Parts: sequence; structure tokens; C-alpha cells
Amino acid sequence: MLKITNLVKRYGSGEPVLKDLDLTIEGESVTSIIGSSGAGKSTLLRCINRLVEPTSGSINLNGTELTELRGRQLRAARRKIGMVFQGFNLVDRLTVMENVQSGRLGYISTWAAITRRYPKEDIRRAFELMERVGIAHYADTRADALSGGERQRVGVVRALMQQPEILLADEPTASLDPKTSEQIMGLLRDLAGELKLPVMINIHNVTEAKQYTDRIVGMRYGRIIFDDVPDKLDQEAMDRIYSGSPAADRADEWKAAS
Amino acid sequence: MEGRIVSAARDTWSKQSAISNPVLRWALYLGVLVYVVWVLGTLPIDWARVSDGLGRAARIFNGAFPPNFDRSELMIDGLLESLKIAILATTGGVILSIPIAFMAARNVAPTPIFYFGRGLIIVARSFHPVIVAIIFVKAVGFGPFAGVLTLIVYSIGFVAKMLAERIEEIDFGQVEAMRAAGAPYFSTLFYAIFPQIMPRQIGLTIYQLDSNLRASAVVGIVGAGGIGSTLANAFGRYDYDFALAITMVIVGVILISEGVSGQIRKRI
Repeated sequence: MLKITNLVKRYGSGEPVLKDLDLTIEGESVTSIIGSSGAGKSTLLRCINRLVEPTSGSINLNGTELTELRGRQLRAARRKIGMVFQGFNLVDRLTVMENVQSGRLGYISTWAAITRRYPKEDIRRAFELMERVGIAHYADTRADALSGGERQRVGVVRALMQQPEILLADEPTASLDPKTSEQIMGLLRDLAGELKLPVMINIHNVTEAKQYTDRIVGMRYGRIIFDDVPDKLDQEAMDRIYSGSPAADRADEWKAAS
Repeated sequence: MEGRIVSAARDTWSKQSAISNPVLRWALYLGVLVYVVWVLGTLPIDWARVSDGLGRAARIFNGAFPPNFDRSELMIDGLLESLKIAILATTGGVILSIPIAFMAARNVAPTPIFYFGRGLIIVARSFHPVIVAIIFVKAVGFGPFAGVLTLIVYSIGFVAKMLAERIEEIDFGQVEAMRAAGAPYFSTLFYAIFPQIMPRQIGLTIYQLDSNLRASAVVGIVGAGGIGSTLANAFGRYDYDFALAITMVIVGVILISEGVSGQIRKRI
């Protein structure tokens, strides 16, 4: 269970990007987070695995308080949190197998990593997962030779290699065409069920969010203003989430404060 | 109909001068002129010595023709020594350059280490190899070892700087992905950064080998071994014909090494 309480993130001295945010993710559900650009979706995901440092608040994953961790403990916690990126973030010049095994870097020694001596069970798991998503025949191909959808499959397998307790996906389909995008969304949903894994997906495509996820969280300018099953997301809720601009919100708050 | 608007808009334009204040501009022009005249007036140029020198130069060139390849054994020894110096220096220089480049890359090194790394590179770059060679010849004596040390410093100055700049340009998303997987520092380095900088690293190494071979001929003249030392000795003994032969061989070798390294760099 992931439990976020009173999370605040402020860059520099400006307005906070996340304002006193509370969110609980339970079980093996797929949750999508929607909201216009600048609403803080990406910052929220990155606070969870501490690619972004939260300013204050608490993030607790299955009993581990993530905000306090440093060094070795932080890395050990990150191993339990898989992440899939919008731009895939594959290492272009390495093979698909090396990219997939890079999800195990937190588990194996640096020497084993450099010499590519991966444990047998890791290799077996890699082939199983690659088989599952249909990229096993690319094991020795360089990552930059693959198409977008194939690259994102590598990204998903890399994250799953960590044997994560939660999977974060930061706009995993935004760089893909509609058809591939639906395939990846379907894959994430199916894998969540098969591996009993909670998945959090930041997404711009509301139709896909409704179709492939169990719960929708709507964010607007650093706050959660909608949190319910997809069927409850009506036009009125959509308008509240997507209308206006961060600047207008700022102006409103300014008025309210003065 | 085409509605042409004839207006009183200005139809002339000239580029603005870099210094907009005319007084300052003309003062600057005048200052430069005065300085040049003053320099010409004060530098001791002895035209009599220039004309004497022309005769001496003619004697040297007369003595140099035809080039003398009789002592080619000495020449080959010198050349092989230069090659050894260049290879050793490139190996050592590149090995040292990699960690220094990481220290000097703003995006991967903590600030104090960044300044230390940049400092090392600035020191390595601030002196011409000939000056470094003179220092090392004083320190470790005449011979190829001084040459190797000199060219290691020279290689660090160039390779580490270029490599650091490449590291600063990497796609940080790949690093982020490794971090998100909980990868320790060195594993991240080897998986996310090395693959990205590898082509540049290989190109730089080949270029540096080529460059070190050329530089080893120069630093040899101040006593740091190699073909440069052979050349300096030939001049010292007024063997101008031998010196010309050596010079021709150096040019030939550099042409070959340029061609080879160009071919290799094209293929990676």
C-alpha cells in the first residue's frame, strides 16, 4: 500500500507545485492521474521514487517511509518501485538484454554489471518477461533499432525486472501512435493483474484512462480535485480538471488570500 | 490592383557599429594606431642582421640539399622511440582523462569536485607542451621518459576537456532510469553514461595518438627523446642534409598517421 500524506513540493521559493496532497493506492489496481500540463502529475510520481526531493510530507510504501531515506537505503527502496518513462529512457547504444538487465542494477554488484555476468535467474526472468510482451527475439538487438512501441515494451520489462511493489508510469504512451498506445495501456493493465502489482499512470488521454484503469485521480494545480471510478468522470468533472490555466488559479488564490 | 503604399519610411540602413559612442570609437582607433607605431619604433629590428641572415639561411638550404639518408638507422631508432612515446603517453593520458572528465562534468560531479576537476584541466592546458617538456627534462633528465610525462599532461588537457563537455551533453533520462531502478553510482556510470560517450571517447583517443606523435617530434627538440632529439642533434652538428632527411620522414609519418586515423574515425 502506498500512502501519501500532506505532500508538498516547492521548487525554489515560488508557489508549491504540490500542495498538501493526500493519496492512497491500495491493492493491485490501476490508477490513472489526469490533469493539464503543469498540474504536478509528473512531480508527484517523481516524489515517490525521490527523483524529485519532496519539500515536506510523508510517502509510505508498505511500511517504509520513503522521504527520510538516504544512500544505500534509498537505493534499496527504489528497487521496489518500477518506473516507465515517456521518452522510454533506454540506453540507445546497449542491446535490449542489457537494457532489460539494467533494471537489476540495484541488486547486482557493479563488477557483475560491468562484466555482464547476470545471475541465471535474472536471465530466465528477462526472457520470460520479454516473451510475455513479445520482444524476446530482440534480445541481442541494439535498443535504438526498435520502433516506439517495442522500445516502450523494453521500458516496461526493465521496470518489471526490479520485481517492484509498485509501478509508476509517467505518460508511457505520449510518444506513441494511437494503436501502439492502446497496446501498451492494455499491457500495463494485464500485467498489473498477472503480477498483482499496483500501477500508477500519468496520462493525457482521458479516453484511454477511462478504458484501461480502475480509478481516476484528477489533479489541478497541485491539488487532487477528483478521485473516483472512471464512470463518475463526467463532463462537469472534466471541466473542473482541465479548464482555466495555472496562472488563472494563481490569481484566484491571490485574491482569496488578500 | 496592387495597393502599393508609398510612405516616408526610411530607405537607408547601415549596420550599427559595435561601439556606439563615436568619441570612444575614434579614441580606440587612434589608440591602436599610436600603439602600433610606437611598437614599430621601439622594437630593435636590425636590417643589417636580417640581410646577413638571408645569406646564412641560403647556406643552410644549400647544405641541406640533397637530403642525406646515410644514417637512416639512427633515424628509424628515433622514429620508433617517438612512436613508443606517443603510444605510452596516449594510453596513460586517456586512462587518466576519463576520471578527470567525470570530475569536471557539471551534471555528474558534486560542485567542489567539479571545480577540482576543472582546475586540473586548466593547469594541464595552460602551458604549451614545450614548456612542460623543459620542466620534465629538468625533473627526470633527458630522454623519452620526460617526453612521455609531457605528452600525458598534454593529452589530459585536451581529452579530459572534450570528454567532460560530451558528458555534460548526455541524455540524462537514461541516467534517471538507472537511478529509478536503485542502481549504485558506478553501475549507473557504466550503464547510462559510458555507452553514450563511447564513440566520442574512441574518436578522441585516435585523434590524440595522432596529435601526440606530432607533438613528440617537437618536445624532442628540448631533450625529451624521440625523433625530435635526433633532429636537434643533427642541427647542432651542422648536418643540414641529415636534418632535411629527418624532416621529410617526419612529414611522411604524420601524413600516414593522419590518413590512418581519419579512416578509422570515419568508420566508428
